[in-house]
Amino acid sequence: MSKKYLPLAATIAVFLAIFLIGGANYNNFLTTRVLGNILADNSFIIIAAIGATFVILSGGIDLSIGSMIGFVGVCMAVLDSMGWNPVATALVMLVFGILFGALQGYIIDFCNIQPFIVTLAGLFLLRGMCFMVTLDSVPIRHDWVADYASWKIGLPGKGVLRSSAIVMLVSLVVAIYIAHFTRFGSAVYAIGGDRESARLMGVNVRRTTVKIYALGGFYSALAGVVYALYTSSGYPLAGSTLELSAIAAVVLGGTLLTGGVGMVAGTLFGGMILGLISTLIIFNGSLNSAWILISSGVLLFAFIVMHRFLVSSFDLKGAK
Amino acid sequence: MSSVSQPSTPVWKRISQSRAIWPILALVVILIVDGFISPNFYNIRIVEGRLFGNLIDIVYRAVPTALVALGMAIVIGTKGIDLSVGSIIAISGAIIAWRIQAGDNHVVILAYAVIAGGLCGVWNGTLVAFLGIQPIIATLILMVSGRGVGMLINLIYGGTDPSFESAFLQGLSTGSIGYIPTRILLFIAIFIALWLVVRKTALGLFVESVGGNAAASNLAGINARRIIFVSYVICGVMAGWAGMIMTADTHTSDPVSVALYIELDAILAVVIGGGSLMGGRIYLGMTVIGALVIQALTTSILISGLPPEYNLIIKALVVLFVLLLQSDNARKQIVALFRGKHNE
Repeated sequence: MSKKYLPLAATIAVFLAIFLIGGANYNNFLTTRVLGNILADNSFIIIAAIGATFVILSGGIDLSIGSMIGFVGVCMAVLDSMGWNPVATALVMLVFGILFGALQGYIIDFCNIQPFIVTLAGLFLLRGMCFMVTLDSVPIRHDWVADYASWKIGLPGKGVLRSSAIVMLVSLVVAIYIAHFTRFGSAVYAIGGDRESARLMGVNVRRTTVKIYALGGFYSALAGVVYALYTSSGYPLAGSTLELSAIAAVVLGGTLLTGGVGMVAGTLFGGMILGLISTLIIFNGSLNSAWILISSGVLLFAFIVMHRFLVSSFDLKGAK
Repeated sequence: MSSVSQPSTPVWKRISQSRAIWPILALVVILIVDGFISPNFYNIRIVEGRLFGNLIDIVYRAVPTALVALGMAIVIGTKGIDLSVGSIIAISGAIIAWRIQAGDNHVVILAYAVIAGGLCGVWNGTLVAFLGIQPIIATLILMVSGRGVGMLINLIYGGTDPSFESAFLQGLSTGSIGYIPTRILLFIAIFIALWLVVRKTALGLFVESVGGNAAASNLAGINARRIIFVSYVICGVMAGWAGMIMTADTHTSDPVSVALYIELDAILAVVIGGGSLMGGRIYLGMTVIGALVIQALTTSILISGLPPEYNLIIKALVVLFVLLLQSDNARKQIVALFRGKHNE
């Protein structure tokens, strides 16, 4: 096995371990129904995290994810109350996500400012725009939303794969194709590994950076669409601090925040680990929700230390 | 062309080229605009033995952000960042409420709050300096789990009623000595102490050299790890103090929503004050100006009658504007645009 799969293997091992621990302690935990629920409940986090994976692989960061989800949600809801078709609104919002992300990427590269600060401005801007669109929770009533919610694929056992999970898995497959089978994907890894070397090797850094953040914006907007359809409502505070969960999912998925090392598929398992933890704590019933936050932090800590160990002992960045 | 841009006096040239001019100019412009919006803006009167007025109010409300931003300025000086300050505030607030319910002496409780902040700083500092984890990730851990820790502390005594009364702590937060609010006086004292430590000992120089080039500083005999560690502890202590002010202000511990986004405001204050996230520079005074700019903006939006929702959008636009001014590439483009017009 190539050493680049080590972090991914560790993530999958931890996922299976937590799943088995749950199964050993609770009846009906080791079922496809629980698995299907985890996939559906966390689909929007995982979709957003897939976009964040590209950004982080390139050595950047995107803090505007949570606000984008909130903004897309309120726009979907308000335009729905004005009689728009949800599919049309969703397409408009996806285009908006691409353009907004591209603008962020352009400012980052052109002004040579840290992505942290630029996307922080994006976070403020989008959240402010949420409040300008509406201050209330607005329901989405279009018939198509109910149709969408009823789509499902049966899994062996009693579980089902719901529509949000299907959208998530499709977008994951697309992302894996982009990351590992296109020239753009290689450029992302190259920039994350060493920006200057990538430039010298003929990678157009500005165009690639703009594309990376545009892709990130697209996935955040898609997460917003899925979230709005899943909750069939828009709320201006929706998605607050979700960027943190997305980044945590990426890190748990084995991608190094220093850029250049990681796999998109790992993000799926990173997001599922987060979902498993909250499911376990809900199954337990007697634990406070504070434990969700704390155990996510502890896992994050364990993974980060493990990554450091893997990087220094297996030379993942290929420095030597 | 050359006759257009003759410098008038050397003094003017020095002022206009100083980085300090932009944030101060921004603050002055905001305050002047406020004067137009509300004619009584500059009035300061005495109510119940305390100064009242918009100008005082801006400083009063800016104190917690400014405290956190000062600690952040030192951390950023080492090329680091501390995302966990909001969680540290939540933890220090939860400890205050818990120990007050337990009946401890309130002066001791103040010490607990500050020590808790310092211990959080020790945790962050250990991860960054001794385990060599990237600062943004290392502090993400406490940022994610810290509010959970605060909620657990509230659970220790039942968690149903985290509200409290404390004449001593509320005196430090919302009280006043003479005509001036106590928290402003204490802030000035803390600022002077921090300034003396940073500028009158070698610490500031060491921090800036570590932030500039940690490897070179190590070769020059500076223990880079220890300097980085100390900077996170200072940041934690400042956040602990800010937590005391904010918790005593609301008379309750609310770990879920206290000081949400304060880390972003603090980083923003440092950046507006001219600090670069690439490290190597500490501007304590300008950081305070940065915090005042942020609070002045918020206050102006409130008094202008605009819905408070505009606050975030205007803040975002100000950030982008300041960033564009600080970016060489963008400045060159703007200058080239104007030069092009002059030549034609």
